[in-house]
Amino acid sequence: MNTLREIGQLAEHYDIAIVGAGPAGLSAAASAAELGLSVLLADENPAPGGQIYRAITTTPVADKCVLGEDYWKGGALVTRLERTAAAYAPGCTVWSVAPDETGGFELGLSLGGQARLVSAGQIILATGAQERPFPIPGWTLPGVMTAGAAQIALKSSGLVPSGRTVIAGCGPLLYLLAGQLAAAGANIVAVLDTTPRRNWLFALASLPDFLLSPYLAKGLKLMLQARRKLPFRTGVTALAAEGTDKVTSISVTHGGRTETIACDALLLHQGVIPGINLSNAAGCAQHFDAVQHCWTPTVDDWFASSIPGIAIAGDGAGIGGAESAALRGEIAALDAACRLGRISEAQRNAKAAPTQAELARSLRGRRFLDLLYRPAETFLAPPVDETIVCRCEEVTAGQIRDTASRLGVTGPNQMKAFLRCGMGPCQGRLCGPTVVELIAQAHKVSPAEVGYYRLRPPVKPITLGELAALPPTEAAVKAVVR
Amino acid sequence: MFRPMHELKAADALGFTLDGRAMTARAGDTVAAALLANGVEACRQTPVSGAPRGPYCMMGICFECLVVIDGVGNRQGCLIPLQQGMRIETQAGRRQPDAVRA
Repeated sequence: MNTLREIGQLAEHYDIAIVGAGPAGLSAAASAAELGLSVLLADENPAPGGQIYRAITTTPVADKCVLGEDYWKGGALVTRLERTAAAYAPGCTVWSVAPDETGGFELGLSLGGQARLVSAGQIILATGAQERPFPIPGWTLPGVMTAGAAQIALKSSGLVPSGRTVIAGCGPLLYLLAGQLAAAGANIVAVLDTTPRRNWLFALASLPDFLLSPYLAKGLKLMLQARRKLPFRTGVTALAAEGTDKVTSISVTHGGRTETIACDALLLHQGVIPGINLSNAAGCAQHFDAVQHCWTPTVDDWFASSIPGIAIAGDGAGIGGAESAALRGEIAALDAACRLGRISEAQRNAKAAPTQAELARSLRGRRFLDLLYRPAETFLAPPVDETIVCRCEEVTAGQIRDTASRLGVTGPNQMKAFLRCGMGPCQGRLCGPTVVELIAQAHKVSPAEVGYYRLRPPVKPITLGELAALPPTEAAVKAVVR
Repeated sequence: MFRPMHELKAADALGFTLDGRAMTARAGDTVAAALLANGVEACRQTPVSGAPRGPYCMMGICFECLVVIDGVGNRQGCLIPLQQGMRIETQAGRRQPDAVRA
């Protein structure tokens, strides 16, 4: 592995460019490099691992029990990549992917404050997942963070919340984090479970499959450990963070009773959804996945998107978890090598077969988890009007509801024009799903009918200086010079 | 609001300032993690209402940890590794005309 620290070290062209160094990106890069392809693995973070294996090579958390054995499995993915000739660029942001004139692609990248355009024959987007927005009153107060953020602080810096900590929401990660933080010595004063009780009704049909899944033992152990040791409250139906300049307490309703709990930190989590900004901006077709309840890029069995030459591997193409992400990266890399003519279709199929079988096994039981931990309507479309939905532009649920019903706004792009939601620096990542949900509710249609933001590059802010320093194309010059 | 699990060894410590106040954090921390480790909760005020905000996602998607680093504004603290001697400043709301002239 050749680690690139400066933008000038990048080559003009790579056979394949992979975006994101989580499990999917790491295994795709290793697999492609082992097949003899020239590989660029670009990742925004300072070290490999993505979020699930965040700081796997650099974590200061020496006690292996704190993060658990599943975390340490990530090391093998990095070790495998290190043995290859792949180029790995940490701290490198890919802000654009677009087809070029040669049938390949042009990537816009920034590294160390400088931008470059490089070309690649094939693209694998392994941009992973993000936590689903959890809009409640007061969620913008300092001291309120996502559960994932606290986990990142723990993994990469060995930081533990120092005061009274409340963890709230639903999903397997909630239990995992509660256990990890407890093991690291955090003072957890409450774990508030927002899983709707009636979810069991919908999930039950998928239970037999789940009973055969690799998740079962792991998940049950996590949940039982967390429940035994920590102050759990289930059936939470309303939640608000309170305070003026920072969170000082939360108000929680469960079983028809409302109580106030004083706290110094509130960690929120209600599952993860694909990070779709880059694939959406690149023009890859998206659909609304009704089971996972999120917008998802449409991919085939080889994880090829609607744009030939762009594949999407890992959780960025639908949530499957870390193990499945690594397998999906492997399969996408084999298909990319085949598209480049380096291996035949028969070779691709033969090499992929065992990985595909393993992938099917690793996804077993996922549907049960998706249905069981589907967030409650009240935490997807906040009922309290004052709740901020777009954190960047400070647009509230009440404004969005009013604009949808009274002005008849039917889609998120029109909403953006009216209210500026989605136009701040996060580019809709933290408000998109909620805006869609509120519009769907106002017009009594499904989120699928409402659609999603039409995103455009650059998908991450770059400076004017970076843009201006890029070599101008002939078309760009013609557009402005008379 | 956060504390390090392990005591900071002198060999691993980096010095930096926040709004002129001297602070130390572990080499390898991002700017946002270094601020959290020093008990900093709010690192900016919003351009719309001036409300205080602090790091929220720690993975580069929410843009709540925007700070001024060595005079350059709008830097994502959670993606930038801390370096010895960094001058970090709270990002104060909307950019003021005076600040542009300065």
